[in-house]
Amino acid sequence: MIEIALAFAFGCFGLAALFNLYRIVMGPNPGDRILALDTLVINAIALIALYDVALDTQVYFEASMLIAMTGFVSTVSYARYILRGDVIE
Amino acid sequence: MTNVWVEIAISAFLVIGGIFGLVGSYGLVKLRGSMRQLHAPTKATTLGVGGVLIASMLFFLFVDGKASLHELLITIFLLLTAPVTAQFIAKTHIHRQERPTTLPSTGTGRPWASFESDEERARLEAEADGAPERVR
Repeated sequence: MIEIALAFAFGCFGLAALFNLYRIVMGPNPGDRILALDTLVINAIALIALYDVALDTQVYFEASMLIAMTGFVSTVSYARYILRGDVIE
Repeated sequence: MTNVWVEIAISAFLVIGGIFGLVGSYGLVKLRGSMRQLHAPTKATTLGVGGVLIASMLFFLFVDGKASLHELLITIFLLLTAPVTAQFIAKTHIHRQERPTTLPSTGTGRPWASFESDEERARLEAEADGAPERVR
């Protein structure tokens, strides 16, 4: 039963990532693209956590933790760059 | 052999998390306007990831017999950062797509905080602080 639920969750988050890619490509504003990229990062974290469960290892949790941190920093710096034209003033 | 109720709980969390994640990204595509789109991913996707991480926590606790707190760390981190990101994206939108005249009124006679200059804010706050003292 867990295998079926895992496959379903993988499908959901994969489709969600495709929706995000559509929004990144279509825009139209930079703010939309930042939001879509941030959501893509969160979906990647979910996919890595699902992969961990599927393989029955805990090796990749550090990877998802790192992606969560770099994702947050990159979103904030992209938004700042759009706002101020400079990341660190 | 694991308990069937544990399996049901893990599967339910996985399915709920997957549905929330999908709804969040579908809202990103479906809704019109940046401010409306902001709602879907910041709430629904965070909840979806939370569901998946709870499922994986239960999985490693009951199926492997090892308690793991990594997932809790990731969940807390995401819950802390999602509002900050949303705030930044909303501010980006306000400054790039809107003008002080196109925004709805704040109802206080002052402009939106993001558009108020530092001198103006300092003057108004000094006035607000100074008013009771003059009465005294």
